[in-house]
Amino acid sequence: MRSFTYARADSAADAVGRAGASGTAFVAGGTNLLDLMKADVVHPERLVDISRLPLDRIEDTAEGGLRLGALARNADTAYDERVQTRYPMLSKAILAGASAQLRNMATNGGNLLQRTRCYYFYDTATPCNKREPGSGCGAIGGVNRIHAILGASDQCIAVHPSDLCVALAALEAVVQVTGPEGERSIPFAEFHRLPGDRPEIDTVLRPGDLITAIDLPAKGFAEHSTYLKIRDRASYAFALVSVAAGLEMDGGTVRDARLALGGVAHKPWRDPEAEAALIGKPATPDQFRGAARVLLRDAKGHEHNSFKIELAERAIVRALTEAAERKGAPRP
Amino acid sequence: MAQLKASLRPATAPPPEPIPVTLTVNGVERTLHLAPWTTLLDALRLHLDLTGTKKGCDHGQCGACTVLVDGRRINSCLTLAAMQDGRKVTTIEGLTTGDALHPLQEAFIEHDAFQCGYCTPGQICSAAGLIAEGKASTDDEIRELMSGNLCRCGAYPNIVAAIRQAMAAVATKAEGAP
Ligand SMILES: Cc1cc2nc3c(=O)[nH]c(=O)nc-3n(C[C@H](O)[C@H](O)[C@H](O)COP(=O)(O)OP(=O)(O)OC[C@H]3O[C@@H](n4cnc5c(N)ncnc54)[C@H](O)[C@@H]3O)c2cc1C
Ligand code: SF4
Ligand code: FES
Ligand code: FES
Repeated sequence: MRSFTYARADSAADAVGRAGASGTAFVAGGTNLLDLMKADVVHPERLVDISRLPLDRIEDTAEGGLRLGALARNADTAYDERVQTRYPMLSKAILAGASAQLRNMATNGGNLLQRTRCYYFYDTATPCNKREPGSGCGAIGGVNRIHAILGASDQCIAVHPSDLCVALAALEAVVQVTGPEGERSIPFAEFHRLPGDRPEIDTVLRPGDLITAIDLPAKGFAEHSTYLKIRDRASYAFALVSVAAGLEMDGGTVRDARLALGGVAHKPWRDPEAEAALIGKPATPDQFRGAARVLLRDAKGHEHNSFKIELAERAIVRALTEAAERKGAPRP
Repeated sequence: MAQLKASLRPATAPPPEPIPVTLTVNGVERTLHLAPWTTLLDALRLHLDLTGTKKGCDHGQCGACTVLVDGRRINSCLTLAAMQDGRKVTTIEGLTTGDALHPLQEAFIEHDAFQCGYCTPGQICSAAGLIAEGKASTDDEIRELMSGNLCRCGAYPNIVAAIRQAMAAVATKAEGAP
């Protein structure tokens, strides 16, 4: 790692104040930032340790939802009884990610801001517009098996690697932020951005912004939901494709639906039209396939990842079928 | 090699002031003065001569560096020693009680749960964390919750058997306790 200075923030305001200086980065669990610093992909001059700020609680909200502290660990979030019973798809998504050790370290806020696992992004000997704007994209025309099939640009085809975020997208979570210009709430769908011609920018956060919490609305689709992750090995691997699915059922008819895909785009992929295609319809594989096709209608494969299009369609049908059948809120 | 840009600080820039870091390692309080970028893993191995904890990948991908911090298993390669200031660290060297091996250590020997042994300290510390978490009861759950520890020698079936035995031993001990 390159040399840097280290300081511990003693309050959220202190953290935001310190982050004003350029070249400053917050460190929470450290599991993504330190990895990238070792690979020399990022090289902050100042680290501000926010891991001990009292933003690690999980609390009920007045609206009947749940507030997840930005510094609550992924493991503590996944095993929280309220999360397990009211938002089982979220618990399942978190436990499908990384390893037990990493989940003990990783924070909720840090998980939202983890960078892509694109090989070229990590390899400083190769061009990458995300790491080095204007240098080109190694993955386009290179090895792109893990890359995007939706929402990509001719500058970057990276995917966002998080599992947690796919469930948060389906649940319509809200990200609470405090920054140099005060506090604001960002709906999850607006939090991450598509690469466009600025692939170096992953989210709508501005310099100095600190995530304080993630709010879950009351509706958790606890009775009929699941998280399905397809990957190259059974555990401890990033998703090739993942699906967060939540249904509200009225007998055999779908009353409400949420559907988000991971591993396919620069952000969790959701489309209200795909969900509309399910609502009021019978919960059958044909209907599910139809909705999958709507969600994937603009999908475009590259040399090595075209398999993801059919994989995603099948994964959606399987996840929705599981969600429709599921009763109660089983422990993940 | 990395395309070094003129704007980057050279790796040889004078180091910032060392940071005082106090850790209670295997029950003994130690204060070190470390460069900010010293990981917990390097602090243990290079500054405290506790070389039982291994460096496999140095990127969170193998679990060889697993230790317990305040009783929870983490990858010591992806945290800075300074971030753990004031905490209790348990490494493989600290699992024994006097001359008595930890039930996991005994079970690993009994089940031949290693070949080269490089992953073993991490496996055992991880398993100690797993047992404390109390989320695994079946072999499948042990396998899933131990997936953060890779074994190049492929001793997995015996590792699972050893953990299952130690888990039962710890449970029996807890039941028998006054
Ligand atoms: C081997 C390996 C496998 C993994 N597998 C998976 C997987 O399968 N699925 C998955 O979802 N993830 C996976 N991960 C990623 C892991 O979940 C993330 O690294 C972790 O969630 C990041 O959280 P952190 O607290 O450690 O973040 P840090 O590394 O501390 O920070 C990450 C970034 O977020 C910023 N940041 C952190 N907290 C805040 C805040 N509150 N406000 C503003 N900025 C903040 C930091 O400045 C930094 O830029 C894996 C990681 C590894 C190493
Ligand atoms: S896909 Fe994006 S992250 Fe990967 S090399 Fe291209 S620009 Fe970089
Ligand atoms: S050395 Fe830490 S996980 Fe491999
Ligand atoms: S015993 Fe050799 S790596 Fe596990």
